[in-house]
Amino acid sequence: MSAAMRPPPRRTALQWARTNLFATPLDAGLTVILSLGAAWLAWSLIDWAVLQATFTGESRSACKGSGACWALVTARWPQLFTGFYPEGHRWRVAAATLLLLMAAAPFAMRHAKAWTYLLAPAGIVLAFMVMGGAHVLPGVPSEYWGGVFLNLLIGVTGAIFALPIGVLLALGRRSNLPIVKALSVGFIEIVRGVPLITLLFMASVMLPLFMPTGVTLSRLMRALVVITLFEAAYMAEGVRGGLQATPDGQREAAKALGLGPVRTTLLVVLPQALRIAIPALVNSFIGLFKDTTLVFVIGLLEVTGVARQALADYAWQGKDVEAFAFIAAVFWVVCFAMSRFAAALERAPKVKPVQEPA
Amino acid sequence: MSSPAIQAQAVHKWFGQLHVLRGVSLDVAAGEKVVVLGPSGSGKSTFIRCLNGLEAYEEGRVLIAGADLKGPKKEAEAARRKTGMVFQAFNLFPHLTVLENCTLAPIWVRKVPRKQAEEEAMALLERVRIAEQARKHPAQLSGGQQQRAAIARALAMQPEIMLFDEPTSSLDPEMVGEVLQVMTELALGGMTMVVVTHEMGFARQVADRVAFMDAGEIVEIAPPEQFFTAPQQARTREFLSKIL
Repeated sequence: MSAAMRPPPRRTALQWARTNLFATPLDAGLTVILSLGAAWLAWSLIDWAVLQATFTGESRSACKGSGACWALVTARWPQLFTGFYPEGHRWRVAAATLLLLMAAAPFAMRHAKAWTYLLAPAGIVLAFMVMGGAHVLPGVPSEYWGGVFLNLLIGVTGAIFALPIGVLLALGRRSNLPIVKALSVGFIEIVRGVPLITLLFMASVMLPLFMPTGVTLSRLMRALVVITLFEAAYMAEGVRGGLQATPDGQREAAKALGLGPVRTTLLVVLPQALRIAIPALVNSFIGLFKDTTLVFVIGLLEVTGVARQALADYAWQGKDVEAFAFIAAVFWVVCFAMSRFAAALERAPKVKPVQEPA
Repeated sequence: MSSPAIQAQAVHKWFGQLHVLRGVSLDVAAGEKVVVLGPSGSGKSTFIRCLNGLEAYEEGRVLIAGADLKGPKKEAEAARRKTGMVFQAFNLFPHLTVLENCTLAPIWVRKVPRKQAEEEAMALLERVRIAEQARKHPAQLSGGQQQRAAIARALAMQPEIMLFDEPTSSLDPEMVGEVLQVMTELALGGMTMVVVTHEMGFARQVADRVAFMDAGEIVEIAPPEQFFTAPQQARTREFLSKIL
């Protein structure tokens, strides 16, 4: 057997370490220093967050140790997750959360059928009905909704409604009709050039002025309108990138087959463009979810708002680090999950599993 | 007597200042095969793209089976529907399977029920000998297979005229033959064809007439024996001397 055909020898862990970690004296030194540093950091964190921490208690005075005071989180967790929703009705928040996750599910799946996307708005409407009561359950005005649930509600609703608007804006920006193009470009550039927080302020003051008399929008609705439009402007740019990356030959082939502009866009161009745009869109989704914490400025009690209230309470004064570390962890879990789902979508073979014709 | 399949009359086209088609006229009878030769930049691709409305022309007239491409919307649409086009870069839809590529337009434009569209498409894929690849995506096929799939996709719209825009130019040499074979069979079946190509063998064997384009004009058009053995124009002779 020739040398070229021999399979490479299996390497042991020791050999791997020698070539990758201890190849030269400098490598060895760096390896030792960095691992000691990492170990020390990890130990300090575990020591603070777990070993020396206090997990239960009625106020900060329960926290005697040198570690974290998670008693704040455990004592206030219903508020942190559901805001000031009436105690006996918290199951409705759980049900609404489930509906939101179901609405978002098709977007995280590799080969979701087209009609499942259309169920997304229905899932959101249902979630709002469960929360608000819809004249069947006792009514709970949106002023009482809050906590992580509110962030999720605004995030999922914003994402699902911003995506189609963003697609329309992106198509509008590439349109041959000058008015459509000008309006799209104008909207995108103005909205992207303004901080979200200023738009939220303006919406809470100005949007009611545009409404017909007698129609009032809750603060939550105003926030949703603003966030949806704001995110749509960002998503439009992501989708536009995808549209630009789809070769002209695709449009030409569709036209040569007799497909009109609408069908060419829906059946040929968008499926390819959106796939290319996945990384940019996920970036927008993650940004959107984190932006939901800004709605506290118009008085909505999303999770950071709830935490601020708790911290204003004498019983928990000074426990900001624990409160915000907890919120950061919750957001990290959600955003990391989104990023993993997206990576799986990107890696998904362009090819559906081959099905034998029935 | 029915009108010719294609009547192009004094077609002019400008790209900005650039006058790319300078009064091109060509009549193609039903069932006739015309091969268009010419150096790159001669306007041959632009011309063939004018025949199905992919490029707009500024002056002149193009009638497809008597229907004006610039006529009222309905007439123009009817004219466009009579042609099928095969591109140099295949332009298959990468997100669809080969079968879906061939059924998309029949289902949405011809309004054929899905089942019937699939049956028709399978028959066409059989004809171009890639039926066993029907459930694969274009990226899983060789270049030659992709181009044959693209031919089947165009045929699925039941065109009366097939336009080929350098169909073998982006293929590896060993795959050119299988595509030309399919095109030759199509020609023998009586399809009206206009083919822009550099394949001289195909031009000799299959064409009824060969047209030579240069600088936006048809310089010479003649049956292949005459075109290749006794070209009349100096520019044609010069071109042939370079490529033969």
